[in-house]
Amino acid sequence: MSKNLIETPSYPRADVDPPSGSLFPHKHLLGTWKMDPTSIKFLLDKAEKYVEQNRKAMKTTPICAGLTQINLFFENSTRTLMSFEIAGKRLGMDTISMSTASSSIKKGETLLDTADTLNAMHPDVLVVRHADSGAVQLLSEKMDCAVINAGDGRSEHPTQALLDALTIRRRKGRIHGQTIVISGDIAHSRVARSNIYLLNAMGARVRLVAPPTLIPKDIDRLGVEVFQHMDKGLEGADVVMMLRLQQERMQGAYLPSLREYYRFWGLTAEKLKYAKDDVLVMHPGPMNRGVEIASDIADDIDRSAIREQVEMGVAVRMACLDVLTRHLREEK
Amino acid sequence: MSIAFINARLMDPATELDAIGSLVTNGDRIGAVGVDIEIPSDAEIVDCGGRILCPGLIDMRVHSVDVASALAGGVTTVILQPDQTTVIDTDPVVERIRSRSVGSNSVSVYPMGAATRGLQGDQLAEIGQMKQSGAVAFTDCRKATEKTQVMRRLLEYAEHFDALIVQFPEDPELAEDGLAHEGEVASRMGLIGIPSEAEVIQIERDIRLAEMTGARIHFSLLSSRDGLEAIRTAKKRGAKVTCSTAPHYLHLNENAVEGYRTFAKVSPPLRSESDRLALIEGVADGTIDTLVSDHDPRSEDVKRLPFGQAATGIVGLETLLPLSLSHVHSGKINMMTLIRTLTQAPAELLELDTGRLEIGRYADLTIFDPDKPWRIDEAAFQSSAKNTPFDTLPVQGQVWRTIIGGKTLFNVDTPS
Repeated sequence: MSKNLIETPSYPRADVDPPSGSLFPHKHLLGTWKMDPTSIKFLLDKAEKYVEQNRKAMKTTPICAGLTQINLFFENSTRTLMSFEIAGKRLGMDTISMSTASSSIKKGETLLDTADTLNAMHPDVLVVRHADSGAVQLLSEKMDCAVINAGDGRSEHPTQALLDALTIRRRKGRIHGQTIVISGDIAHSRVARSNIYLLNAMGARVRLVAPPTLIPKDIDRLGVEVFQHMDKGLEGADVVMMLRLQQERMQGAYLPSLREYYRFWGLTAEKLKYAKDDVLVMHPGPMNRGVEIASDIADDIDRSAIREQVEMGVAVRMACLDVLTRHLREEK
Repeated sequence: MSIAFINARLMDPATELDAIGSLVTNGDRIGAVGVDIEIPSDAEIVDCGGRILCPGLIDMRVHSVDVASALAGGVTTVILQPDQTTVIDTDPVVERIRSRSVGSNSVSVYPMGAATRGLQGDQLAEIGQMKQSGAVAFTDCRKATEKTQVMRRLLEYAEHFDALIVQFPEDPELAEDGLAHEGEVASRMGLIGIPSEAEVIQIERDIRLAEMTGARIHFSLLSSRDGLEAIRTAKKRGAKVTCSTAPHYLHLNENAVEGYRTFAKVSPPLRSESDRLALIEGVADGTIDTLVSDHDPRSEDVKRLPFGQAATGIVGLETLLPLSLSHVHSGKINMMTLIRTLTQAPAELLELDTGRLEIGRYADLTIFDPDKPWRIDEAAFQSSAKNTPFDTLPVQGQVWRTIIGGKTLFNVDTPS
């Protein structure tokens, strides 16, 4: 194991997996909104198994051999796309990735035409990222196979929330009752939304901290506490999730400057003192060092789980691919 | 040739007539109307069976002339918006539209002219000439005239011609890129919000300008409580301000876009429940002068897209009356008030020669059964487009006949 990998206690799980994926009775994975705790726990337990497997030398298991996974990314991504590709390959799937540049969308094809085309190729899982909120759901309505949302607009990024939950559970032993702070560009973040829904469902206390321009209206109605000051928001926190500040938005009227943002909302050792001593620091990446997070915090392996999140990402995605294709394997 | 519509519940807000009686047409005009009138012996008799007979409905905001759809909806006059393929911003375009309509034996079409050239918001359009050619009002349609100085000049200039300026009540900058009402639903779904303040800010600025210039101003589509309140206050102090809303704002709130349902994507966006209730109250107490369909036929190609890319707009001509009637049935809006919003009020605002049951007036009439229950069925729409969020909704009240210039052009028993 790499020296940077923290050996964390694995969460106790049922010895026997539930039959037929019945604890995840969904055809697609589009979001965590209204996802029930049983389904979430089921996916996390499944992912635990893959964490172990991924740490072995022989990482591939052929349980999904013969199935086809298409990764369709209408928006640029490196880490999520790679994570899904590795996850599929480790399950033995035939994995094909397509990005916008090579897709017919550039030639004016509508999303539903794309669905028709893809259906004709008989994929078993489709992983989609799209710049528009709701686009993945629309596509899923026309697809014969399972669809996984790999991030749509500002809406949802469910596998990120699941991998974050898995990281928290492994580090803290439980999610229920934890005070979890999500800080940064909440307004534009699909990661924040998926995490709010999932963490709430699992019984965590969720706080949001951001400048007023980056907090969507009425977000407090989703069962979160909203803070504008870091000190108040971080008080007694068990976990702090920092979000990437989308620098392209700095040009608008959202924020005056990166310098000012870092001063008031960047996570530094000084601000982190308000949180609990054993606070866990997370970030979905890619990080803007010195903008939303100080380098010494990001690299502190005792407190930062940022690398571990990436590792959990592969395991969670393997679990999702496994569960969503289970019925296909039972047909054989 | 005379036709006598007997046994009808005559309802005319202009004369406060509400009685069972008859109406006789003489060719294209109303020959007689009342409770105890003489029916000419040679007249063709149409027994209305107690159904309501009122002036033909006038729809102040349609984006496409959809004749069959208008007739099925009881609409006898449509006011075409200037955002056509060829923008209606000069008198020849206005004249062409009017000449096609006059004597066409079909739905009457009047255009609204553009308020600014090419709807660009910079230079005034030729309001005087367009008005002389038959344009009934002037508007930049889907976007507010944004620049304050341009709006001021527009109102000053329009006042000289007593032309009605129709403003879209939404501050374009606050609404920029917005897709849904700024609130919990949009925040949860990750849609860029348009705050209610975008409406009231625009309205308050323009009322000030209208009062400053003495011009008449009409707000085309109200969606919020605050916007309505601003108009109510201005009316009380005597400003020449009027407004419309559409039935979908009285029926649906922001929750209708849940699941990214693009058929409920409209502009301005569907707002909160308290906004919806306030608008119903606004129609009931007369603060909202007219109801419009905002009829905007859109193909599935532009509607079945990701929410951000999908076009706004719904088809509304055929659902205008039944949707509006549901608030009468629920006891919130008086029947006479409702009919006024669809007949007398738009006719007076636009200075049309219809909208009342009076001897000598053009015989544009709508006869409807207010109690008939049915279910909205998009497949049965006369309109070629089906973009409605109301498919399968049970409603009560159906158009029975639509009569234009004394001729029955729609009969529910034998639809075209």
